[in-house]
Amino acid sequence: MAEFAAVNRRALTGRRRSLVTPEGVDLHLSLAEFGQRAGAFMIDLVAMILALVVFSILCLILVASLGMQSVEIGAIIWLLGFFLLRNFYFILFEMGPRAATFGKRMLGLRVVARGGDRLTADRVIARNLMREIEFYLPLSFLGYNVAEGSAGGWTALAGLLWTGLFVIFPFFNQDRLRIGDLLAGTWVVNVPKRKLGIDRLQQESRAESFAFTEAQLDVYGIYELQTLEEVLRNDHPDTIATVAATIRHKIGAAPDGFDRDFLVAYYDAARGRMERGLLFGKRREDKFDRTEFRPGGGG
Amino acid sequence: MTDAPDLALPPADSRRFRAAREPEWRQLEDILARAESGSLRKLSDEDLLALPILYRGALSSLSVARETSLDLELVNYLEALCARAYFFVYGVRTRAGSRIKDFFAHDWPVAVQGLWKETLASLLLMIVGALAGYVLVQSDPVWFDSFVPTELASGRDFSANAETLRETLYHDEGADGLSVFATMLFTHNSQVAMLCFALGFAFGVPTAMLIVHNGSMLGAFMALFESRGLGFEMGGWLIIHGSTELFAIVLAGAAGFKIGWSVVFPGEMTRIAAAARSGRSAAIVMGGVVVMLLVAGLLEGFGRQLVTGDATRYAIGLAMITLWIGYFYIPRGARHG
Repeated sequence: MAEFAAVNRRALTGRRRSLVTPEGVDLHLSLAEFGQRAGAFMIDLVAMILALVVFSILCLILVASLGMQSVEIGAIIWLLGFFLLRNFYFILFEMGPRAATFGKRMLGLRVVARGGDRLTADRVIARNLMREIEFYLPLSFLGYNVAEGSAGGWTALAGLLWTGLFVIFPFFNQDRLRIGDLLAGTWVVNVPKRKLGIDRLQQESRAESFAFTEAQLDVYGIYELQTLEEVLRNDHPDTIATVAATIRHKIGAAPDGFDRDFLVAYYDAARGRMERGLLFGKRREDKFDRTEFRPGGGG
Repeated sequence: MTDAPDLALPPADSRRFRAAREPEWRQLEDILARAESGSLRKLSDEDLLALPILYRGALSSLSVARETSLDLELVNYLEALCARAYFFVYGVRTRAGSRIKDFFAHDWPVAVQGLWKETLASLLLMIVGALAGYVLVQSDPVWFDSFVPTELASGRDFSANAETLRETLYHDEGADGLSVFATMLFTHNSQVAMLCFALGFAFGVPTAMLIVHNGSMLGAFMALFESRGLGFEMGGWLIIHGSTELFAIVLAGAAGFKIGWSVVFPGEMTRIAAAARSGRSAAIVMGGVVVMLLVAGLLEGFGRQLVTGDATRYAIGLAMITLWIGYFYIPRGARHG
């Protein structure tokens, strides 16, 4: 497939996984990192606790307004509500159209079925029931020990080991799966709401005052160009000065003080040349890539 | 590509490409944002018609951008946009009602049928546990305390006389806390059942221990009531809800064993693929187990308090188990004919 032939180096490294749509385009999904997963879970936990507090207050208000004979009804509602919240918060959210809990939404994550199948209810149930042993069991175990006041060294250690085993589990597989993901056949991927930033090419630059030779523009490859793009977008004066000095040294240009303008001009010129090269089937991944590259044979 | 790059132009090809397509991307972004924030009802008919076209347009833009543009920002943006649109366009949007109907009419019973071997094993373990509890407690009542936690026994132990025990069979927990008690039992049992399922991952060993323990408690209680000559009455007290509740716990155990088994013996598939397959079918069973435990909780809280005749209790309990078995194991045709 032509699509695969042109897959660049970036797409195949790191936590990117292939998902080919029925239209034949590979989406290169990026898997969520451990920190994102943990952060989303913390947010969900806080949301659940807040919901529980609000719900408890509502139950109390109900009992207070209906009088003491309604204590029983209040207790039933509270028990069922607690049960639903504990077991179905994750399941109901992830069965929705966004396939993400509150915390996952905030961090731009969602649950997908591995390999591009549809995310069905059974997968969502399976991945979330496993939280029972990953989180709730050690938690209740700990709570029990504290309540009994008998947090004996060995039982506490056993509980800690048990929890630790599941916490580190995602580090021992490439796809950052927790046990629930493993059992349900799911991934958690990044689907951020990204805004399209301004195109570096569209900015006014003093390109006229810089003239580059073809040899100077052919020093770097795509990887370096895109790193330069990131540097320009982040716009830290120190980094820009360092990068400008490095490039000037490499291409043998004299320092003139306008570091940022120099970099923008170089980026524009190099990108223009490389994009023209792409149209002729020349793709140079980085500065070490000499396979397809013929000096001076470009546009 | 609509705008074929003109080679005579300076490095502006990808810029022109972007300027030409950007309004469409923005429109798609806008429709997605509205669709994701609320329901489909927020979208107009025009939006719904435009969505697939815009989605395919964005995909084509992504392909073109990957081939011709070195603007990392642009490629990243299009990848994120296309992924969002893909999941929306190809996501499941069956209505909750038809999903639930499918679950009860087909998915659940078929998943339970698929677990018949594990169900037998789980049932066997529970019976073994019950027999062990019964025999041990009958031979020496001291065993009772080690099988049944004091909170659960709540006075029903060997120090109680026959009259008190008889009372508990017909007026247990008093009429006041009746439905609260039923709710508590339901939530507690569901939690134990889910634990049975989840612990199956540890090769099914903890699941087996839980099932045997559950059985042994049952056996210990039976031995206690039998020793006071209340065996038949105890049976009625237990069977009215127990036929449903114990069946549910046996199924939860079976779901756990299924997972444990496929992790240890994945067969032809890779271990991960085998675990994922059995995890999904076991999860369907578990969804239904919660429903069964809800029924059991209702039978226990209300049915048992309102029906105090032994014969009627037996009749209800046996009718329930017949119903469940018939529902699960009567062969069904493939879905949708």
